[in-house]
Amino acid sequence: MAASDNDFVRTESPASGVSVLIPSEDIDMSRSPVLRTAIKGALKPGLERLVIDLSEVQYMDSSGLATLVEAMRIAKAQSIGLHLAGMTAKVRAIFEIARLDAFFSIKDTRQEALDA
Amino acid sequence: MSEGPNRTERMLIEPKPVTMSKHTQMTNSKPIKIELVSDPMYLCGARELVSCIAHRVGFGDMECSKIALALDEALCNVIRHGYNKATDKPIWLTIYPQKPDDSTFGGIEIVIEDEAKQINPDTVIGRDLSDIKPGGLGVHIMREVMDEVVFEKREGLGMRLRMSKSAPRPDHAPRIGQRSSGSKHSQRQVS
Repeated sequence: MAASDNDFVRTESPASGVSVLIPSEDIDMSRSPVLRTAIKGALKPGLERLVIDLSEVQYMDSSGLATLVEAMRIAKAQSIGLHLAGMTAKVRAIFEIARLDAFFSIKDTRQEALDA
Repeated sequence: MSEGPNRTERMLIEPKPVTMSKHTQMTNSKPIKIELVSDPMYLCGARELVSCIAHRVGFGDMECSKIALALDEALCNVIRHGYNKATDKPIWLTIYPQKPDDSTFGGIEIVIEDEAKQINPDTVIGRDLSDIKPGGLGVHIMREVMDEVVFEKREGLGMRLRMSKSAPRPDHAPRIGQRSSGSKHSQRQVS
């Protein structure tokens, strides 16, 4: 069953100091606030690495991009490594259109992001 | 929050048929016109609609996704800036398909009309992309994806946005009813 707008982001903790967020639906204006809340909840003191696994996201708009830009800024300020992983070609395209593909650490798979 | 116009009043202020642009004058299919409310939860339906029609007129999967993105950004701008996130305001979406035939490669024109506050169309510009910050990307995305993006004031009330895009050459694109993972045109570098 599809996740509702309020619970479409799963969280996993594969190791100490490491969190993985897994959004499972399209990220648009109606869902970006939920993703933003999940990211801010994860970016806590003691976290060393945050991976956002986008492999289940088929669509993202600029509100999703804005959420991730904000997350990257917070992560950098707190010296937390933030990596995006598993993007589909269509999601990657919006990063390229916005010329933000070089701003983020983008890995092909979640494992690559965990190992980076 | 103030009440919106009732159905009778709404009928009086619904947009009249617009003067077609050069692109639309070539249209060989009847347009589809729907009224949305300014609730972000319905963005997905609008995206699906325009994506399906774009497929039918010859765009590949990647281009259809980008056209849906351009529409999404346009609707988000109306909701966020025009209606200040009110979720009960009207937005009219009209899609003019141009099927490929012997004389054209096909294409699509999208017209979005609203009753939001009017602004000077010349002030609608995308922000400098070298300044990396959240937000402000919508207009840039629309202009990057579509061939033509024109903002204008509606007569009396609200704004109108016209966006159009020509389909890739038929020998590079899926024909009607055929889906592909993308065309040569759709794989152009955008960055």
